[in-house]
Amino acid sequence: MKITRKDFLRISGLGLLAVAGRKAVRAVAERTSERASEQTSAPFAKQVRWGMAIDLQKCRQKDGCDRCIKACHSTHNVPQFSDRAHEVKWIWKEPFKNVFPAAQTGYTREFFGNLPVLLVCNHCDDPPCQDVCPVKATWKREDGVVTIDFHRCIGCRYCMAACPYGARSFNWLDPRPAIATVNLDFPTRTKGVVEKCNFCEERLAKGLGPACAESCEEKAIVFGDLEKPDSEVRRLLRSRFAVQRQPELGTGPAVYYIV
Amino acid sequence: MSDRPLILAGLTLFVGLVTTPIWHGALDRKAALTAPPIQLPAQEKQCVAPASYMRSSHMQLLEHWRDEAARDGRRQFVAFNGKIYDKNPTRTCVTQCHTDRKEFCERCHDYAGVSDPDCWNCHNDSQRTSRSAP
Repeated sequence: MKITRKDFLRISGLGLLAVAGRKAVRAVAERTSERASEQTSAPFAKQVRWGMAIDLQKCRQKDGCDRCIKACHSTHNVPQFSDRAHEVKWIWKEPFKNVFPAAQTGYTREFFGNLPVLLVCNHCDDPPCQDVCPVKATWKREDGVVTIDFHRCIGCRYCMAACPYGARSFNWLDPRPAIATVNLDFPTRTKGVVEKCNFCEERLAKGLGPACAESCEEKAIVFGDLEKPDSEVRRLLRSRFAVQRQPELGTGPAVYYIV
Repeated sequence: MSDRPLILAGLTLFVGLVTTPIWHGALDRKAALTAPPIQLPAQEKQCVAPASYMRSSHMQLLEHWRDEAARDGRRQFVAFNGKIYDKNPTRTCVTQCHTDRKEFCERCHDYAGVSDPDCWNCHNDSQRTSRSAP
């Protein structure tokens, strides 16, 4: 078959036009589908990033105070096992030297080392637990809350291995017998699933703040929107020196400690 | 041709045996198909969907509720009659209406030969006893 120069130019011109046209059509289609998904997407407010600031000085004002821990654990039906091997915890205390091993000198250790630090799930920007979950049972919501679908959890505990903060607990036993009084408004868990602090997402949905922050008389726990420049938590983080746990890992914790 | 009575007798016996379930069921009054009596809520007359739909498809509805509430945060359910319910099996289903799980869920599940649901291992009901894991 012989092809003239005129034919060749005509065919290649048409081919180029077809490619350009396809690109344009695809771009338009993508934009419309994006708009459609925006309308049908989850009702979590975008541009909200829930976060928390814990004032350690205020937190240790009352010696041995555990109001927040009690409030959280009774709100969420967290079982109390005396055996540490079966322990389930959403909010708990650890000595300063274990929480911030790098943030001290030999001299500060004398004073700070054994002071209790309140710990919860950090609700990371880039949560490693989400990345390792083989069944997508745990994920970061659009408002920053790292949540668990207990229905889907298969109990492999990869997330527990991945979490650098030890925020997750596994239900080795049926938790029901270890719950003193059951709060009907929150499900208990079952043997074989992993659980952790959920930033009180069930209360956030009702417009309430977390139970721990609400129960603290010293107002040591401040919860709010990190995206909003004039929120209380942002104002606090602007005016006081705060640290995150192991920021060098790049997980981006949303829980700040005012030291 | 002399085997004809033998063959006919054998055939009759065979057909009789094969159709046992049919004539046994027809003769036995007790085996009649009647749904087990389930305890209906005293005060509430209307479920979140028509009863016929709930009977056949409550599992799909509950699964939709589960996925939408747990994964997308859509916690409100607009019923067919415009009423709004929380997608909350404890508050919406079992504390107000179907207060006795054994008389409602399990009786029918046992009858239908369906494995017992493990919903109530986590979701609180009036009894709050865990069933053994499946």
